[in-house]
Amino acid sequence: MATTDASMHDEIQAEASQGTVVNFGFWIYLMSDVIIFSMLFAGFVVLSTSYAGGPTGRELFELPGVFLETLALLFSSLTYGLVMISLRQGNKRRVQGWLLVTFLLGACFIGLELHEFLSLALEGHGPQRSGFLSAFFTLVGTHGTHVTFGLLWILVMVGQVAYKGLTPAVASRLTRLSLFWHFLDIVWIAVFSTVYLGGMYR
Amino acid sequence: MQSLTAFYTAGAVGADERGLIAITAVLMLFVFIPVVSLTLFFAWRYRESNAEARYSPKWSHSNLLEVFLWGGPIVIIAILGTLTWISTHRLDPYNSLASENQDPVQVEAIAMDWKWLFVYPQYNVAAVNELAMPVNTPISLHLTSDTVMTAIMIPRMGSQIYAMSGMRTQLHLLPTQTGDFMGKNYQYNGRGFASERFHARSMTDEQFKSWIKKAKASGQRLDEARYAELTKPSQPEGVTYFSPVKPHLLNYVIKQYHTGSPRNRITRTAER
Amino acid sequence: MLGRLSLDAIPYDNGIIMFAVALMAIVGVVAVGSTTYLGKWGYLYKEWLTSVDHKKIGIMYIILAFVFLLRGFVDALMMRAQQATAGPGHSGYLPPEHFAELFTGHGTMMILFVAMPLIIGIINIAVPPQIGARDVAFPFMNSISLWLTYAGGLLIMASLAVGQFSTAGWTGYAPFSEYPANPSTGVDYWIWALQISGIGTTLTGINFLVTILRERAPGMTLMRMPIFTWTALITMIMVVLAFPALTVALGMLTLDRLFDFHFFTGGMGGNQMMYINMFWIWGHPEVYIVILPAFGVFSEVTATFCNKRLFGYRTMVYATMVIALLSFTVWVHHFFTMGQGPLRNTVFAISTMVIGIPTGVKIYNWMATMFRGRIEFKQPMLWTLGFILLFTVGGMTGVMLAIPGIDYKVHNSEFLVAHFHNVLIPGTIFGMFAGYTYWFPKAFGFRLDEQWGRRAFWGWTIGFTVAFMPLYVLGAMGMPRRMVSYSNPAWTPWLWVAAFGALIVLYGIACQVVQLLVSIKNRDRLADLTGDPWGGRTLEWAMSSPPAEYNFAVIPTVHGIDAFMEMKEQGTAYQQPAEYSDIHMPKSTPAGLVIGAGAFVFGFGVIWWIWWLAILGGLTMLASVIWRACTDDVEFTIPAAEVKRVEDERFRKLALAGQRGDVIDTGSRGRMPFGGDMTGLHPG
Repeated sequence: MATTDASMHDEIQAEASQGTVVNFGFWIYLMSDVIIFSMLFAGFVVLSTSYAGGPTGRELFELPGVFLETLALLFSSLTYGLVMISLRQGNKRRVQGWLLVTFLLGACFIGLELHEFLSLALEGHGPQRSGFLSAFFTLVGTHGTHVTFGLLWILVMVGQVAYKGLTPAVASRLTRLSLFWHFLDIVWIAVFSTVYLGGMYR
Repeated sequence: MQSLTAFYTAGAVGADERGLIAITAVLMLFVFIPVVSLTLFFAWRYRESNAEARYSPKWSHSNLLEVFLWGGPIVIIAILGTLTWISTHRLDPYNSLASENQDPVQVEAIAMDWKWLFVYPQYNVAAVNELAMPVNTPISLHLTSDTVMTAIMIPRMGSQIYAMSGMRTQLHLLPTQTGDFMGKNYQYNGRGFASERFHARSMTDEQFKSWIKKAKASGQRLDEARYAELTKPSQPEGVTYFSPVKPHLLNYVIKQYHTGSPRNRITRTAER
Repeated sequence: MLGRLSLDAIPYDNGIIMFAVALMAIVGVVAVGSTTYLGKWGYLYKEWLTSVDHKKIGIMYIILAFVFLLRGFVDALMMRAQQATAGPGHSGYLPPEHFAELFTGHGTMMILFVAMPLIIGIINIAVPPQIGARDVAFPFMNSISLWLTYAGGLLIMASLAVGQFSTAGWTGYAPFSEYPANPSTGVDYWIWALQISGIGTTLTGINFLVTILRERAPGMTLMRMPIFTWTALITMIMVVLAFPALTVALGMLTLDRLFDFHFFTGGMGGNQMMYINMFWIWGHPEVYIVILPAFGVFSEVTATFCNKRLFGYRTMVYATMVIALLSFTVWVHHFFTMGQGPLRNTVFAISTMVIGIPTGVKIYNWMATMFRGRIEFKQPMLWTLGFILLFTVGGMTGVMLAIPGIDYKVHNSEFLVAHFHNVLIPGTIFGMFAGYTYWFPKAFGFRLDEQWGRRAFWGWTIGFTVAFMPLYVLGAMGMPRRMVSYSNPAWTPWLWVAAFGALIVLYGIACQVVQLLVSIKNRDRLADLTGDPWGGRTLEWAMSSPPAEYNFAVIPTVHGIDAFMEMKEQGTAYQQPAEYSDIHMPKSTPAGLVIGAGAFVFGFGVIWWIWWLAILGGLTMLASVIWRACTDDVEFTIPAAEVKRVEDERFRKLALAGQRGDVIDTGSRGRMPFGGDMTGLHPG
């Protein structure tokens, strides 16, 4: 009996240490993603006045819509925080519930972004119009693509929680999704201030 | 010997650069000779079969030696760094060069597929693939490209500088000998890259005057239509002269890349 | 349905290419046929293609590298032959477009598909055991990295038969690489080969960074890590920081080409200088990414074959860090001639030269290691000596090129070509050959033949000198790089000398092929029964050769630098423990292979605008990742009894080696026959 306990203990230890190694790896991945976004920001700054006779940010951006997007994403970060609290409480239902709320808010964000992109493109201000617009669509779109993959990940985790329950492996994955989701929030704040505010008050 | 363009130069800038190459190479020998000779010596002296040589398997640190190992390179790089600071400012291709009682000759150079157009706004003439330069007179080149990125270079004269569409770069030269020198684009730009070259002719003042006269006599007007014709990819065999030339041609070419029109000369049929 | 792909894409009219394609097809048919004939598909699939074992992944990386080394070298020979025969009045045998494909392909393959896989392969083989680990932190991700690299390589191979390769040079400068100037699929092949393999490399970077920081044996503090592991760690940090820049630059170029964006176009607000900056923000660190691990190999080899501690361990570590840091601050030196003003040029010039300081210190430290050593001139040591002598020349010309005033004169000339080959061949390639001959017995259990190895060394060293020294002269004669033909008769003799040098290198490569075959044939005679063929100092030599799947039956405890040497000195190196415990190892999985295949299909689809195919490839990758993300059962257990059986066999072999009279280095002054005082070997 005692030996089983000991080996159980070892296993849990091993699981936990494996979890921290994976989390560390995920941090490093996020750092490499920071470089991706830094390059995109740098590209945007270089091209931020390359209008090629086309419209400027000030003429194009509609802050109310962007503000709504921002709210949706910030609130989704809050609700993801509630996912982690529910996880700590071991409440499977609530974890799923808050995951779904997070998903909906994220989907709202993507919906609003797609709406902005489409209306710009339909007015003839698509990414083909100028270097500035290319950089704008690419920077904002790369963030949007990340959010879309985050949404997919949320769905996968909802399924995992349903089928596997709150096992250590699932909990560890939820932790990393949380890192990813908050990371996207931080990137968005940088996008909002550099691209939109910067564009409005240039 | 003449083929060693880096050393056998016919321009003031080139002569300066030659000196820089020589000084640096000599300084580098202070590193090179000890490293090579000591490496060979150690390899021979401490070969496995040489039982006489001292063997210190645990010796792996010496503060004094470390000071020299770091100090040596630091001193050499400090010297080279100073040299770099001075020479880079002196040799900046944008520096206009001074010469006694001679105003610089202004030249606008436009890179095309696969040829160069040189415009002389002071004389209202232009030439394809021939850069005429009066000897001992500063030449002030303003460059742009009406195609992909290119780099102008006359090896016997001096420096190289890029020419890029929508942008203006500058290069200053001062020929000190007369002669016909090879000039070309040094940045790969497609099928015609290798065979593209132009004549950089350094000539006496009289010869330059008659060169201008010859160009003026060509009677070929370089207007917008003729210019558009000229930009089509081609590799002209001889030299073509134009006069008169559309005023401010260089600015006109540069500006075309800043308008919103999708027109973009960098269009070519498939490479293959 | 097939996008822009049609039968016209196959270059029937080009005899040389069709010959190469036929050759490739024959090699493929022979490989597939013999695997089928021998009934080895199951073995290949189970033991290799789906393996997540770092040792096998390392070997597969090196196989890829050698295949591309051959291809890249054939390109080099063709270019040398062209330039030698295309003097005044002649046009040689190649059309300009084909020549451009050759120099583009040669550069791309040699950097991304020879140097990188060699480095990553050797790191895979050597680093986990050097730190006393059983595997990398993320074995499955390691397999993804491998197959993404293969997918990229396969795209380059495909470009030979279907369509063409890029003509824009390995740097792909815009706007020449943009769609209007270069509408064919060549640039797209180049982009996706780099993009896909580059993402694989980024994953490798993350993987080894975590492995080295988190999976070290107890007692191995950072300052006790073997120097090769140190260079690997710093290299991987650089990979994680630099490769995303390439991803972004290539991504923007892709958007420009596919969807008419304007990042780097000539007009419409594009900025071509931004491409060049972004490319070299990756490209310059990349140069050090391929050189630093080679420095690490030289350090290990010098210490081992001089039978002496490495001089200035700490200095080596700090010098490596300084080089890595500075390598991110010098990228502008690739385009001093862009007209950015003397102050900016000066700053970047001086930061470039400053790299010469730690690099010089490293060379002095290797020399100080030789000083009062006992130097054995085995193959790895020969490569190291060749490196020190030749690399110094490359370093000298590098400092010259770093001075803008000189660069203005020789930029884009053959001088530049000579310089970077002069650092990359004696640096990276010799380093990797040293590593290949050094760790080969560890990976396969037998050494490589010395005689043929020496011949290869002399072929490469002399061949390199004869092939590249003339290019310095040609640079001083003003010959531009990338010339398919020329009209200056003074260049011709030098180009003939260079072509002759390439033939000597060919001799060296042929010797390496023969060496491999001869060594396989004589593998019993060359067998390494002890696991320590060179008198090694670091932990990988404590394992058997080839190592058991789990590397170490018992994770060693480390007390200092040169951990294994210390164990040998204290007589604890060959003690068999009384009992073993179960070992958990990662399970093989086909997911990595499937993701690689998906990436290839995706890349091919995008290149040819076959969108359904691209979507199919993308979904395959996504589905594999999700499937894998939902799999919890990723490990299996090797029972203690099985471990004991394997280890008993190992100790039987060690005893055999003792009887055979193999010498083993006990770390003390002399060397004694195995078993002489190794009482620990026979605990019973």
